Amino acid sequence: MKFLLNFLLIWTQVLSKWLVLGVTLSLILVTSAQELGDHTYSTEAIERGSRIYSRECALCHGPQGDIVDGVNLRTGQFRNVRSDEDIRRVVYSGAGEGQMPAFGLSDNDLNAIVAYIRAGFDPEGVAIRIGDPARGQTLFEGKGECASCHRIDGVGPRTAPDLSEIGAIRTPASLQRNLLDPAAAILPINRSIRIVTRDEETITGRRLNEDTYTVQVIDSNEQLRSFRKSDLVNYEIRMQPSKSPTTLNSDEVADVVGYLLTLRGQ
Amino acid sequence: MNLVNSFLRALIFIVGLSTTIQLSAQVPYDRILNANEEPHNWLTYNGGYMSQRHSLLDQITKENVENLELKWVLQNQVFGAWQSNPIIVDGIMYVTERPNSVMAVDAVTGRVFWKYRHQNAENARVCCGANNRGVAVLNDKVYMGTLDANLLALDRINGQLLWKTEVGDVNLAYSITMAPLAVKDKIMVGVGGGEFGIRGYVAAYDAETGEEAWKTYTIPGPGEPGHDSWEGDDWEHGGAPVWITGSFDPDLNLTYWGVGNPGPDWNAGQRPGDNLYSDSVIALDADTGELTWHFQFTPNDGYDYDSVQVPVLADMVWRGEVKQLMMWANRNGYFYVLDRTNGEFLEGKPYVRVNWSSGLDENGRPIPTPQPEGMPTYPGNQGGTNWYPPSYNPNTGLFYFSAWENYATIYRAEESEYVPGQAFLGGGFSVLAPSPGAPTIGIGRTNPINNWTDEVGYASLKAMDPQTGEQVWSYNQFDVSDSGMLTTTTDILFTGGREGYFHAIDAESGELLWNVGLGGQIVMAPVTYMVGGVQYVSVISGNSLSTFALGD
Repeated sequence: MKFLLNFLLIWTQVLSKWLVLGVTLSLILVTSAQELGDHTYSTEAIERGSRIYSRECALCHGPQGDIVDGVNLRTGQFRNVRSDEDIRRVVYSGAGEGQMPAFGLSDNDLNAIVAYIRAGFDPEGVAIRIGDPARGQTLFEGKGECASCHRIDGVGPRTAPDLSEIGAIRTPASLQRNLLDPAAAILPINRSIRIVTRDEETITGRRLNEDTYTVQVIDSNEQLRSFRKSDLVNYEIRMQPSKSPTTLNSDEVADVVGYLLTLRGQ
Repeated sequence: MNLVNSFLRALIFIVGLSTTIQLSAQVPYDRILNANEEPHNWLTYNGGYMSQRHSLLDQITKENVENLELKWVLQNQVFGAWQSNPIIVDGIMYVTERPNSVMAVDAVTGRVFWKYRHQNAENARVCCGANNRGVAVLNDKVYMGTLDANLLALDRINGQLLWKTEVGDVNLAYSITMAPLAVKDKIMVGVGGGEFGIRGYVAAYDAETGEEAWKTYTIPGPGEPGHDSWEGDDWEHGGAPVWITGSFDPDLNLTYWGVGNPGPDWNAGQRPGDNLYSDSVIALDADTGELTWHFQFTPNDGYDYDSVQVPVLADMVWRGEVKQLMMWANRNGYFYVLDRTNGEFLEGKPYVRVNWSSGLDENGRPIPTPQPEGMPTYPGNQGGTNWYPPSYNPNTGLFYFSAWENYATIYRAEESEYVPGQAFLGGGFSVLAPSPGAPTIGIGRTNPINNWTDEVGYASLKAMDPQTGEQVWSYNQFDVSDSGMLTTTTDILFTGGREGYFHAIDAESGELLWNVGLGGQIVMAPVTYMVGGVQYVSVISGNSLSTFALGD
């Protein structure tokens, strides 16, 4: 149920912007948006929330809302709150015995914060074109060649990041950027690596974690490998991702983004 | 005859023993003053009034450091960054836990004698976590500042509350996170709240009664020198907090304090002027609190470059002259050498990439080069370094601290109105990331995966030569580090980092001697002490305080 609600929320945000832009939408989607009418936020509120967030919240919660353990504001992961009213209450009164102070903001400001959090921290994200998920899935598995590297719900290789929850953790803008300009969009931790060990073994794969003395990777055979850097003859981090910019046209990209947004895990 | 003799000897022994116990139970000012004479203890936040964090214990050496073994672990029961610095007195460790608990711990076994828990006011507010950085001891008492801006005195033996004094108004978001400083018969403490429009100060209290002895504002009031560095009523809520323990020079009778950012943080245009004494070091008379001199590192700061670093004091022959110096790696990216008798600027050079300023003039004043809107500023908001305590090793003549490399922030200034007790920040910032929406470095680390990587910033432990202001060597870590430093007379440098590795490094060469992964972020400096002829090294990583000694 939570998954469904989240799914609809994304669409609702998309819709509210599109309605403003006067874009024609399918009747079914408009209907679901209307059913969720009290969950819509104005663009103004989201933008206002963005300013209030960076002023009041970002210092502790971080620019991406993911710094506090067990909380990811951008993707809607909380410790105790569920409803918008819960968020307003915690921001207003504080929580955790002074660990989160009471902010005592006005109703207007509280609503703006909620809007920004529910919009996934992406005031512009709602302007991204979202196409047909069913067509998008066909493209993902076929012409788009996405499924040859990415895994979804237990199907496909594990060498590239698993996308089963990608719709819950990325914004539409980020998904679109990953298709059009992967080199600029790839998260640095996901960079491809090439390792040569003292035993003259060569390993290619994707970085999972790294610290001063060690690196953890998933190799091209889907094995989890951990290396001490002192045991390596060569350790290369590739700035270019293994994927190239997509050759899909803009309608097709919109469809794939639409499909990815439906992937919200279990 | 023989029996009488034995009896007498036993009597003398018992009397002698009880005298020793009685003496050691007390920590009079003289003992703290001469802390170097009892290196088996760690009597102040930074190990002594000069704040060198340098120990004369010599059991652990470069040759045997690899034989260090874990002796005991004390688990924190509270979630959050554990920034407390332990104090060790004659085999008893005093360490605080979030938000404001004090524990007396057997320094040999890690077992707890007593625990005192302070209940903070519901409306206590701090910008950056419910932190506490430790206690001060004097005579038979232990002292702690609280998040709701009280100063507490506890009985050192049984943990009972003896007195409680209000240092600041919690309703106006005054708070205390620093360890107090005990000097003579007074307990000194500064206040936090630089993100809430406070007017900062350092205050001293009678150690016996808690009565206020003096209070010196870090923002001069009307009629006082420096008041004209503010316009209108900006001074009334201009921040300038003091949230890190200062140092003391007994010969000059001066205490030294680093002062934090002006408020609102990121809109310098809203508070024209130099905004004294924000981002400065101030020298206050230990008896009266009178301001003797000041040196401002970052006038009219718009980057949150708190100058709350520990003032590290040392006497040395400096460029051919005997000098009483103060060394300071500032959050603003410059390393400074000052004359601590008068605040004279002697040397200052950037130690990381700096682009908010193009250099320092002959008086040490920065030449500002503000970046255009939307462009990155180096160093970023957490600074080139921050509050993490450095160390000075007189053997090597080097100054050691944690720096953040390749780390930048994009600032956005915004007009903001002061509302008592509310956040007063004047805009916001984002950390420069290699791709849009990529994870960036926050105040602490709670994730075992470093998903921001060194592309957003990394740590460099720097050894600086105060003679030249230049780096002699550096030791890099993949993640940034908020760890402080400890050096020993055997030229070992102990430090940590966010990755949870506890490192022993050769203080002369910068070579790694030994390390162990403790698993949680190390956000305070290690300490060392000796009990029963065994030298221990303690460090807090994550929620664990781990204590090491050489294996048998």
